[in-house]
Amino acid sequence: MWKWFHQLASPPHFYRISAILAPWLAVPGVILIAYAAWQGLFVVPMDYQQGDAFRIIYVHVPSAYLSMMAYMIMATSGAIGLIWRIKLSHAVAAAAAPIGAGFTFLALCTGSIWGKPMWGTWWEWGDPRMMSELILLFLYFGYMALRSAIDDTTKADKASAVLALVGIVNVVIVHFSVEWWSSLHQGQTVFKKGTMDADMRIPLLIMLLGFTLLFGAMLLRRIRTEVLFRERRTRWVREMILSPEGGA
Amino acid sequence: MKPRQQRMLAVGLAALGIAIAAGLTLRAFQDNMMFFVEVSDVVAGEYPKERNFRIGGLVVGGSMQRDEGSMDINFEVTDTACTIPVQYSGVLPDLFREGQGVVAHGRMGEDNVFQADKILAKHDEDYMAPEVADSLSKHQQDIQEAVVKGAAECRPNDS
Repeated sequence: MWKWFHQLASPPHFYRISAILAPWLAVPGVILIAYAAWQGLFVVPMDYQQGDAFRIIYVHVPSAYLSMMAYMIMATSGAIGLIWRIKLSHAVAAAAAPIGAGFTFLALCTGSIWGKPMWGTWWEWGDPRMMSELILLFLYFGYMALRSAIDDTTKADKASAVLALVGIVNVVIVHFSVEWWSSLHQGQTVFKKGTMDADMRIPLLIMLLGFTLLFGAMLLRRIRTEVLFRERRTRWVREMILSPEGGA
Repeated sequence: MKPRQQRMLAVGLAALGIAIAAGLTLRAFQDNMMFFVEVSDVVAGEYPKERNFRIGGLVVGGSMQRDEGSMDINFEVTDTACTIPVQYSGVLPDLFREGQGVVAHGRMGEDNVFQADKILAKHDEDYMAPEVADSLSKHQQDIQEAVVKGAAECRPNDS
Protein backbone atom coordinates (compact mmCIF):
# COMPACT_ATOMS: atom_id res chain seq x y z
CA MET A 1 0.00 0.00 0.00
CA TRP A 2 2.70 2.50 1.02
CA LYS A 3 4.84 1.44 -1.88
CA TRP A 4 1.95 2.19 -4.20
CA PHE A 5 1.59 5.66 -2.69
CA HIS A 6 5.29 6.38 -3.05
CA GLN A 7 5.19 5.25 -6.66
CA LEU A 8 2.21 7.50 -7.33
CA ALA A 9 4.16 10.46 -5.99
CA SER A 10 6.82 9.95 -8.65
CA PRO A 11 5.98 12.23 -11.60
CA PRO A 12 6.48 9.74 -14.48
CA HIS A 13 4.43 7.11 -12.71
CA PHE A 14 1.67 9.57 -11.92
CA TYR A 15 1.71 10.78 -15.52
CA ARG A 16 1.03 7.24 -16.77
CA ILE A 17 -1.60 6.35 -14.13
CA SER A 18 -3.54 9.62 -14.48
CA ALA A 19 -3.92 9.13 -18.23
CA ILE A 20 -5.74 5.86 -17.52
CA LEU A 21 -7.73 7.23 -14.58
CA ALA A 22 -9.03 10.53 -16.03
CA PRO A 23 -11.62 9.08 -18.47
CA TRP A 24 -12.94 6.80 -15.72
CA LEU A 25 -13.87 9.93 -13.79
CA ALA A 26 -14.90 12.16 -16.70
CA VAL A 27 -17.33 9.78 -18.45
CA PRO A 28 -19.40 8.77 -15.37
CA GLY A 29 -19.25 12.39 -14.22
CA VAL A 30 -20.77 13.70 -17.47
CA ILE A 31 -23.41 10.95 -17.50
CA LEU A 32 -24.45 11.69 -13.90
CA ILE A 33 -24.58 15.44 -14.56
CA ALA A 34 -26.66 14.93 -17.70
CA TYR A 35 -29.09 12.63 -15.86
CA ALA A 36 -29.41 14.94 -12.85
CA ALA A 37 -29.83 17.99 -15.08
CA TRP A 38 -32.66 16.30 -16.97
CA GLN A 39 -34.27 15.28 -13.66
CA GLY A 40 -33.75 18.71 -12.13
CA LEU A 41 -35.08 20.65 -15.11
CA PHE A 42 -37.97 18.48 -16.28
CA VAL A 43 -38.93 15.77 -13.77
CA VAL A 44 -38.58 17.27 -10.30
CA PRO A 45 -41.69 19.20 -9.15
CA MET A 46 -41.39 22.93 -8.67
CA ASP A 47 -40.94 24.45 -5.24
CA TYR A 48 -44.05 25.58 -3.33
CA GLN A 49 -42.58 29.04 -2.73
CA GLN A 50 -40.01 29.69 -5.43
CA GLY A 51 -41.68 27.96 -8.37
CA ASP A 52 -39.25 27.01 -11.12
CA ALA A 53 -36.54 29.40 -9.94
CA PHE A 54 -35.36 26.92 -7.32
CA ARG A 55 -33.98 24.65 -10.07
CA ILE A 56 -30.80 26.71 -10.15
CA ILE A 57 -29.91 24.88 -6.92
CA TYR A 58 -28.73 21.97 -9.09
CA VAL A 59 -25.84 24.11 -10.34
CA HIS A 60 -25.41 26.50 -7.43
CA VAL A 61 -24.95 24.02 -4.59
CA PRO A 62 -22.45 21.72 -6.39
CA SER A 63 -20.45 24.78 -7.54
CA ALA A 64 -20.37 26.26 -4.05
CA TYR A 65 -19.37 22.93 -2.54
CA LEU A 66 -16.55 22.49 -5.08
CA SER A 67 -15.37 26.07 -4.55
CA MET A 68 -14.58 25.07 -0.96
CA MET A 69 -13.50 21.51 -1.76
CA ALA A 70 -10.95 22.68 -4.36
CA TYR A 71 -9.56 25.14 -1.84
CA MET A 72 -9.15 22.46 0.81
CA ILE A 73 -7.38 20.21 -1.71
CA MET A 74 -5.14 23.12 -2.69
CA ALA A 75 -4.27 23.98 0.92
CA THR A 76 -3.84 20.37 2.07
CA SER A 77 -1.55 19.44 -0.78
CA GLY A 78 0.36 22.66 -0.16
CA ALA A 79 0.87 21.60 3.46
CA ILE A 80 1.92 18.10 2.43
CA GLY A 81 4.39 19.67 0.00
CA LEU A 82 5.76 21.90 2.75
CA ILE A 83 6.19 19.11 5.30
CA TRP A 84 7.14 16.08 3.21
CA ARG A 85 8.70 17.98 0.28
CA ILE A 86 6.76 15.96 -2.27
CA LYS A 87 7.06 17.71 -5.63
CA LEU A 88 3.85 16.26 -6.98
CA SER A 89 1.73 17.70 -4.18
CA HIS A 90 2.76 21.26 -5.08
CA ALA A 91 1.76 20.49 -8.66
CA VAL A 92 -1.65 19.36 -7.34
CA ALA A 93 -2.05 22.64 -5.44
CA ALA A 94 -1.10 24.71 -8.47
CA ALA A 95 -3.50 22.77 -10.67
CA ALA A 96 -6.45 23.05 -8.27
CA ALA A 97 -6.44 26.86 -8.01
CA PRO A 98 -7.92 27.91 -11.38
CA ILE A 99 -10.59 25.19 -11.22
CA GLY A 100 -11.56 26.29 -7.73
CA ALA A 101 -11.70 29.92 -8.87
CA GLY A 102 -13.98 28.87 -11.73
CA PHE A 103 -16.44 27.10 -9.46
CA THR A 104 -16.38 30.02 -7.00
CA PHE A 105 -17.26 32.37 -9.85
CA LEU A 106 -20.05 30.02 -10.94
CA ALA A 107 -21.42 29.83 -7.38
CA LEU A 108 -21.42 33.64 -7.08
CA CYS A 109 -23.10 34.11 -10.49
CA THR A 110 -25.82 31.49 -9.99
CA GLY A 111 -26.47 32.80 -6.49
CA SER A 112 -26.82 36.32 -7.83
CA ILE A 113 -29.16 35.26 -10.64
CA TRP A 114 -31.35 33.47 -8.09
CA GLY A 115 -31.10 36.30 -5.59
CA LYS A 116 -32.61 38.93 -7.88
CA PRO A 117 -36.07 37.35 -8.24
CA MET A 118 -36.14 35.69 -4.80
CA TRP A 119 -34.51 38.10 -2.37
CA GLY A 120 -35.04 41.16 -4.53
CA THR A 121 -31.35 41.94 -4.89
CA TRP A 122 -28.42 40.81 -7.05
CA TRP A 123 -25.92 41.41 -4.30
CA GLU A 124 -25.89 42.61 -0.71
CA TRP A 125 -22.67 44.05 0.68
CA GLY A 126 -22.29 43.04 4.29
CA ASP A 127 -23.96 39.67 4.08
CA PRO A 128 -21.51 37.24 5.71
CA ARG A 129 -22.12 34.35 3.27
CA MET A 130 -21.81 36.49 0.15
CA MET A 131 -18.80 38.42 1.42
CA SER A 132 -16.86 35.34 2.50
CA GLU A 133 -17.53 33.60 -0.83
CA LEU A 134 -16.31 36.72 -2.67
CA ILE A 135 -13.18 36.76 -0.47
CA LEU A 136 -12.69 33.12 -1.43
CA LEU A 137 -12.60 34.18 -5.09
CA PHE A 138 -10.05 36.89 -4.28
CA LEU A 139 -7.97 34.36 -2.33
CA TYR A 140 -7.81 32.18 -5.43
CA PHE A 141 -6.79 35.20 -7.51
CA GLY A 142 -4.16 36.16 -4.94
CA TYR A 143 -2.86 32.62 -4.84
CA MET A 144 -2.49 32.44 -8.61
CA ALA A 145 -0.95 35.92 -8.78
CA LEU A 146 1.57 35.04 -6.07
CA ARG A 147 2.55 31.89 -7.93
CA SER A 148 3.12 33.64 -11.20
CA ALA A 149 4.94 36.53 -9.54
CA ILE A 150 7.78 34.31 -8.27
CA ASP A 151 9.99 32.85 -10.98
CA ASP A 152 11.68 30.22 -8.84
CA THR A 153 9.21 27.31 -8.71
CA THR A 154 10.41 26.02 -5.32
CA LYS A 155 10.00 29.43 -3.73
CA ALA A 156 6.65 29.98 -5.42
CA ASP A 157 5.45 26.61 -4.11
CA LYS A 158 6.41 27.44 -0.53
CA ALA A 159 5.03 30.98 -0.48
CA SER A 160 1.75 30.01 -2.09
CA ALA A 161 1.34 27.01 0.23
CA VAL A 162 1.59 29.34 3.23
CA LEU A 163 -0.98 31.70 1.69
CA ALA A 164 -3.33 28.77 1.00
CA LEU A 165 -3.00 27.56 4.60
CA VAL A 166 -3.82 30.97 6.04
CA GLY A 167 -6.85 31.20 3.76
CA ILE A 168 -8.40 28.04 5.24
CA VAL A 169 -9.84 30.36 7.90
CA ASN A 170 -12.04 31.89 5.22
CA VAL A 171 -13.33 28.49 4.04
CA VAL A 172 -14.43 27.75 7.60
CA ILE A 173 -16.16 31.15 7.66
CA VAL A 174 -17.93 30.47 4.34
CA HIS A 175 -19.26 27.21 5.71
CA PHE A 176 -20.44 28.44 9.11
CA SER A 177 -21.39 32.02 8.14
CA VAL A 178 -25.10 31.19 7.98
CA GLU A 179 -25.02 29.57 11.43
CA TRP A 180 -22.82 32.00 13.35
CA TRP A 181 -24.42 35.22 12.15
CA SER A 182 -27.67 36.45 10.77
CA SER A 183 -27.59 36.30 7.00
CA LEU A 184 -29.83 36.85 4.03
CA HIS A 185 -28.67 33.48 2.74
CA GLN A 186 -30.68 30.52 4.01
CA GLY A 187 -29.12 27.88 6.24
CA GLN A 188 -27.96 24.37 5.47
CA THR A 189 -30.31 22.21 3.41
CA VAL A 190 -28.52 19.39 1.64
CA PHE A 191 -27.43 17.20 4.51
CA LYS A 192 -30.14 18.23 6.96
CA LYS A 193 -33.16 15.99 7.51
CA GLY A 194 -36.66 17.13 6.65
CA THR A 195 -35.66 20.21 4.68
CA MET A 196 -36.12 18.89 1.18
CA ASP A 197 -38.37 16.33 -0.49
CA ALA A 198 -36.58 13.14 -1.50
CA ASP A 199 -37.50 13.57 -5.19
CA MET A 200 -35.80 16.98 -5.12
CA ARG A 201 -32.87 15.91 -2.98
CA ILE A 202 -31.80 12.75 -4.83
CA PRO A 203 -31.07 14.52 -8.17
CA LEU A 204 -29.11 17.09 -6.16
CA LEU A 205 -27.01 14.37 -4.55
CA ILE A 206 -26.44 12.79 -7.99
CA MET A 207 -25.43 16.21 -9.29
CA LEU A 208 -22.98 16.63 -6.40
CA LEU A 209 -21.40 13.27 -7.23
CA GLY A 210 -21.27 14.08 -10.95
CA PHE A 211 -19.66 17.48 -10.33
CA THR A 212 -17.12 15.85 -8.01
CA LEU A 213 -16.14 13.25 -10.60
CA LEU A 214 -15.87 15.85 -13.35
CA PHE A 215 -13.80 18.02 -11.02
CA GLY A 216 -11.52 15.03 -10.37
CA ALA A 217 -11.03 14.53 -14.11
CA MET A 218 -10.33 18.23 -14.69
CA LEU A 219 -7.89 18.26 -11.79
CA LEU A 220 -6.04 15.22 -13.15
CA ARG A 221 -5.76 16.80 -16.61
CA ARG A 222 -4.39 19.99 -15.12
CA ILE A 223 -1.93 18.18 -12.84
CA ARG A 224 -0.62 16.29 -15.88
CA THR A 225 0.07 19.54 -17.71
CA GLU A 226 1.64 21.01 -14.59
CA VAL A 227 3.87 17.95 -14.08
CA LEU A 228 4.94 17.97 -17.70
CA PHE A 229 5.91 21.63 -17.50
CA ARG A 230 7.75 21.24 -14.19
CA GLU A 231 9.65 18.18 -15.41
CA ARG A 232 10.34 19.57 -18.87
CA ARG A 233 14.11 19.32 -18.42
CA THR A 234 14.12 15.74 -17.11
CA ARG A 235 15.10 12.67 -19.00
CA TRP A 236 11.78 10.82 -18.74
CA VAL A 237 9.92 13.64 -20.43
CA ARG A 238 12.48 13.86 -23.21
CA GLU A 239 12.42 10.11 -23.72
CA MET A 240 8.65 10.06 -23.76
CA ILE A 241 8.41 12.89 -26.30
CA LEU A 242 11.04 11.32 -28.54
CA SER A 243 9.56 7.83 -28.31
CA PRO A 244 7.67 6.54 -31.37
CA GLU A 245 4.31 7.05 -29.62
CA GLY A 246 5.15 10.71 -29.07
CA GLY A 247 4.12 10.64 -25.42
CA ALA A 248 0.41 10.02 -25.51
CA MET B 1 13.86 15.91 16.03
CA LYS B 2 14.05 15.22 12.35
CA PRO B 3 13.75 18.17 9.95
CA ARG B 4 10.47 16.76 8.65
CA GLN B 5 9.00 16.68 12.15
CA GLN B 6 10.22 20.22 12.73
CA ARG B 7 8.41 21.37 9.60
CA MET B 8 5.30 19.51 10.71
CA LEU B 9 5.43 21.26 14.08
CA ALA B 10 5.99 24.64 12.44
CA VAL B 11 3.00 24.23 10.12
CA GLY B 12 0.87 22.90 12.98
CA LEU B 13 1.74 25.75 15.34
CA ALA B 14 1.24 28.36 12.63
CA ALA B 15 -2.19 26.91 11.82
CA LEU B 16 -3.13 26.93 15.51
CA GLY B 17 -1.99 30.53 15.88
CA ILE B 18 -3.96 31.65 12.84
CA ALA B 19 -7.06 29.80 14.08
CA ILE B 20 -6.87 31.50 17.49
CA ALA B 21 -6.23 34.93 15.95
CA ALA B 22 -9.14 34.50 13.54
CA GLY B 23 -11.41 33.27 16.33
CA LEU B 24 -10.64 36.27 18.54
CA THR B 25 -11.03 38.73 15.65
CA LEU B 26 -14.41 37.32 14.67
CA ARG B 27 -15.53 37.37 18.30
CA ALA B 28 -14.56 41.03 18.58
CA PHE B 29 -16.46 41.93 15.42
CA GLN B 30 -19.43 39.69 16.20
CA ASP B 31 -21.96 42.54 15.99
CA ASN B 32 -20.56 43.85 12.71
CA MET B 33 -20.80 40.43 11.09
CA MET B 34 -24.56 40.34 11.59
CA PHE B 35 -26.51 41.06 8.44
CA PHE B 36 -29.57 42.18 10.39
CA VAL B 37 -30.65 42.99 13.95
CA GLU B 38 -33.22 40.75 15.64
CA VAL B 39 -36.59 42.35 16.34
CA SER B 40 -36.27 41.70 20.10
CA ASP B 41 -32.95 43.56 20.19
CA VAL B 42 -34.49 46.54 18.41
CA VAL B 43 -37.39 46.65 20.87
CA ALA B 44 -34.86 46.44 23.72
CA GLY B 45 -33.19 49.52 22.22
CA GLU B 46 -30.05 47.69 21.09
CA TYR B 47 -29.64 49.08 17.59
CA PRO B 48 -27.50 51.74 15.91
CA LYS B 49 -29.46 54.96 16.42
CA GLU B 50 -27.45 57.32 14.25
CA ARG B 51 -27.32 55.26 11.08
CA ASN B 52 -29.39 52.93 8.92
CA PHE B 53 -29.50 49.25 9.77
CA ARG B 54 -31.42 46.12 8.83
CA ILE B 55 -34.05 44.26 10.80
CA GLY B 56 -34.99 40.67 10.07
CA GLY B 57 -37.98 38.54 11.02
CA LEU B 58 -41.28 37.15 9.81
CA VAL B 59 -44.11 39.20 8.32
CA VAL B 60 -47.03 39.04 10.77
CA GLY B 61 -50.08 37.33 9.24
CA GLY B 62 -52.86 39.77 8.38
CA SER B 63 -50.73 42.83 9.13
CA MET B 64 -50.18 43.96 5.56
CA GLN B 65 -51.97 47.14 4.52
CA ARG B 66 -51.63 48.81 1.14
CA ASP B 67 -52.67 52.37 0.47
CA GLU B 68 -54.95 52.60 -2.55
CA GLY B 69 -53.36 54.35 -5.49
CA SER B 70 -49.87 54.58 -4.00
CA MET B 71 -46.86 52.36 -3.39
CA ASP B 72 -47.12 52.74 0.40
CA ILE B 73 -47.20 49.53 2.38
CA ASN B 74 -47.50 48.99 6.11
CA PHE B 75 -46.84 45.68 7.80
CA GLU B 76 -45.39 44.23 10.97
CA VAL B 77 -42.27 42.14 11.46
CA THR B 78 -41.89 39.71 14.34
CA ASP B 79 -39.27 37.28 15.64
CA THR B 80 -42.21 35.47 17.36
CA ALA B 81 -41.37 37.22 20.63
CA CYS B 82 -41.52 40.91 19.71
CA THR B 83 -43.04 42.93 16.87
CA ILE B 84 -42.12 46.12 15.03
CA PRO B 85 -44.38 48.03 12.63
CA VAL B 86 -42.69 48.80 9.28
CA GLN B 87 -43.53 51.44 6.71
CA TYR B 88 -42.28 51.10 3.14
CA SER B 89 -42.87 52.61 -0.24
CA GLY B 90 -41.76 50.72 -3.32
CA VAL B 91 -41.71 47.39 -5.08
CA LEU B 92 -41.73 44.20 -3.02
CA PRO B 93 -39.80 41.05 -4.00
CA ASP B 94 -41.79 38.05 -5.30
CA LEU B 95 -41.17 35.97 -2.21
CA PHE B 96 -42.58 38.65 0.12
CA ARG B 97 -45.55 37.05 1.86
CA GLU B 98 -47.28 37.13 5.21
CA GLY B 99 -45.68 34.52 7.47
CA GLN B 100 -42.46 34.62 5.43
CA GLY B 101 -39.00 35.82 6.36
CA VAL B 102 -38.11 39.39 5.46
CA VAL B 103 -35.15 41.75 5.85
CA ALA B 104 -35.87 45.48 5.92
CA HIS B 105 -33.22 48.19 5.57
CA GLY B 106 -33.87 51.63 7.02
CA ARG B 107 -34.04 53.39 10.35
CA MET B 108 -36.25 53.63 13.40
CA GLY B 109 -38.62 56.59 13.21
CA GLU B 110 -39.60 58.91 16.10
CA ASP B 111 -42.99 57.21 16.26
CA ASN B 112 -41.37 53.77 16.77
CA VAL B 113 -42.28 52.77 13.21
CA PHE B 114 -39.39 51.36 11.20
CA GLN B 115 -39.01 53.42 8.02
CA ALA B 116 -37.74 50.99 5.39
CA ASP B 117 -36.08 52.10 2.17
CA LYS B 118 -35.38 48.57 0.96
CA ILE B 119 -37.18 45.27 1.49
CA LEU B 120 -35.60 41.89 0.83
CA ALA B 121 -37.32 38.53 1.11
CA LYS B 122 -35.47 35.90 3.09
CA HIS B 123 -35.94 32.33 2.00
CA ASP B 124 -35.74 29.47 4.50
CA GLU B 125 -33.92 26.17 4.00
CA ASP B 126 -37.09 24.21 3.17
CA TYR B 127 -37.75 23.00 -0.36
CA MET B 128 -40.88 21.06 -1.26
CA ALA B 129 -43.44 20.45 -3.95
CA PRO B 130 -46.72 22.43 -3.77
CA GLU B 131 -48.76 19.29 -2.92
CA VAL B 132 -46.42 18.41 -0.09
CA ALA B 133 -46.61 21.95 1.24
CA ASP B 134 -50.44 21.71 1.39
CA SER B 135 -50.31 18.50 3.39
CA LEU B 136 -47.96 20.18 5.81
CA SER B 137 -50.53 22.81 6.68
CA LYS B 138 -50.33 21.85 10.37
CA HIS B 139 -46.73 22.96 10.36
CA GLN B 140 -47.73 26.13 8.54
CA GLN B 141 -50.45 26.79 11.12
CA ASP B 142 -47.93 26.48 13.94
CA ILE B 143 -45.77 29.11 12.28
CA GLN B 144 -48.78 31.35 11.69
CA GLU B 145 -49.86 31.01 15.31
CA ALA B 146 -46.41 31.91 16.52
CA VAL B 147 -46.37 34.85 14.13
CA VAL B 148 -49.74 36.16 15.30
CA LYS B 149 -48.91 35.51 18.96
CA GLY B 150 -45.74 37.51 18.58
CA ALA B 151 -47.83 40.40 17.38
CA ALA B 152 -49.68 40.57 20.69
CA GLU B 153 -46.70 40.66 23.01
CA CYS B 154 -43.85 43.15 23.08
CA ARG B 155 -43.63 46.25 20.91
CA PRO B 156 -41.22 49.18 20.68
CA ASN B 157 -43.48 51.63 22.56
CA ASP B 158 -43.73 49.24 25.54
CA SER B 159 -40.13 49.68 26.49
